[in-house]
Amino acid sequence: MFDETNSLPAAPGVGYKAQHFAAIMGEPDPVQWLEIHAENYMGDGGRPIAQLRHLAERFPISVHGVGLSIGGEGPLDTDHLARLKHLCDWLNPASFSEHLAWSTHDSHFFNDLLPLPYTDATLSRVCDHIDQVQEVLGRRMLLENPSSYLAFADSTMTETDFLHAVTRRTGCGMLLDVNNVFVSATNLSYSPQSYIDAYPLDAVGEIHLGGHDEDHDDHGAPLLIDSHGREVIDPVWELLDYTLARSGPRPTLVEWDTDVPDWPVLAAEARRANIALSRLSVPA
Amino acid sequence: MTDQTAFHAALLDAAAPIPTGLTDGAGRPAGRRYGVYRNNVAVSLRDALETAYPAIAKLIGTENFHNIAGMYLRSAPPDTPIMLQYGAGFPQFLESLAPLAHLPYLGDVARIERAMRLSYHAADSTPADATILQNLSQEVLMSARLTLAPSVRILRSPFPAFDIWAYNMRPGARKPRPLAQDTLILRAEFDPVPHLLGPGAYAFVQAINAQQPLGAALQAAGEDIDLGAILGLLLSSHAITQIHI
Repeated sequence: MFDETNSLPAAPGVGYKAQHFAAIMGEPDPVQWLEIHAENYMGDGGRPIAQLRHLAERFPISVHGVGLSIGGEGPLDTDHLARLKHLCDWLNPASFSEHLAWSTHDSHFFNDLLPLPYTDATLSRVCDHIDQVQEVLGRRMLLENPSSYLAFADSTMTETDFLHAVTRRTGCGMLLDVNNVFVSATNLSYSPQSYIDAYPLDAVGEIHLGGHDEDHDDHGAPLLIDSHGREVIDPVWELLDYTLARSGPRPTLVEWDTDVPDWPVLAAEARRANIALSRLSVPA
Repeated sequence: MTDQTAFHAALLDAAAPIPTGLTDGAGRPAGRRYGVYRNNVAVSLRDALETAYPAIAKLIGTENFHNIAGMYLRSAPPDTPIMLQYGAGFPQFLESLAPLAHLPYLGDVARIERAMRLSYHAADSTPADATILQNLSQEVLMSARLTLAPSVRILRSPFPAFDIWAYNMRPGARKPRPLAQDTLILRAEFDPVPHLLGPGAYAFVQAINAQQPLGAALQAAGEDIDLGAILGLLLSSHAITQIHI
């Protein structure tokens, strides 16, 4: 149904930040691909789009949407979907992904990834929206699992059952954020490894890693916040190893969106991802 | 009321009760876990405004800016997922706040920042060949019409908005003078630069932008305009994209 020949390499990538442009064009090693947030490239021109054109000549690009509100109760914003299509049409990215979340309600956009109850009603709404996205863009999309800070009393299925059903019904792929798994598992007291065991690993087209902050809830229980503002912690690297051992090598991205460090710090994180990926190719 | 209506109603209102049906995963009420979303939304929108209006943040201080941004984002949450467009109403909002009435120029300084942002993201264009103008007779020159680049922005203020912007954003800039000031924002390649306009230049650029011939624009500008200076600035900043003879 869709052209799958253009795809991300099973190698390290990073979330692109404009301050790293010169460093990436000069010494990208070991980074082999880049991810951009779609909404940052929806101006009419200027430096952001000029830089993106240069980057796209050298690297496979993953377009990561943060504003489509796929889990929203209302219809998808067709103007926004058209803007995504315009971006994907001229850029021809190796991947397009969005989130299992909502962010728009009554035409107000909240600039955050808000949570969903896992019910049949949510499932059919999310699947309808993914069908619509894939039809308009003419490409398969990847859906990212959220970082959860709370649960819904109304949920009737687990997140992994929900994601299995989504990929089965829509044919979409999965963007597995292992930091989000670690954050959600800690916050909602389940095992991150058993989440990975239950996850639709066959559908994974990309893996995300990122840093998080620590807080506590009203009862003193740990409450991790997905901040993308620091290094990936060791238990998340271990969860990556656990995942890759089951999924095989996948395109693996380090996200660092706030308090963005100088390039060598981010490149070091990508090197760590490269080591995790390289280990897989060594026969046991 | 739908789930998302209830969830979103309390997001921007810290006094609203936390929506029902939310738990910590172990059956206890979500409590401050809901506050993570409240905080994420408010901080991300506040940061977006601070990125868009750095001179205003310097002028009133970070703490005041955060308070005012918090009021603005609650009164005018984004109506688009494109955050680089957020904050269109912020200049007017600043002017509407009684506690800021003693700083009546804030709105116009914010308008300079907004215009620079729009200029930064405006469509690219190719400058016209300036030598064409040099070879025209006076009569043909005065009947020529010019097209300006999409990145050009022009602002008029009864306050020294340009000086105040520059004093806060350019190290070593002179202290603001007590004058009304017009500002022209030009983007030669990728970086928008505000320029202080001399007498008559605002009317001149406005007339050109309205597709009036150079002669009519000159008339609109009055006798004090330095035509060489404004044309030179427009040409050297790649602001003229077409010359229609």
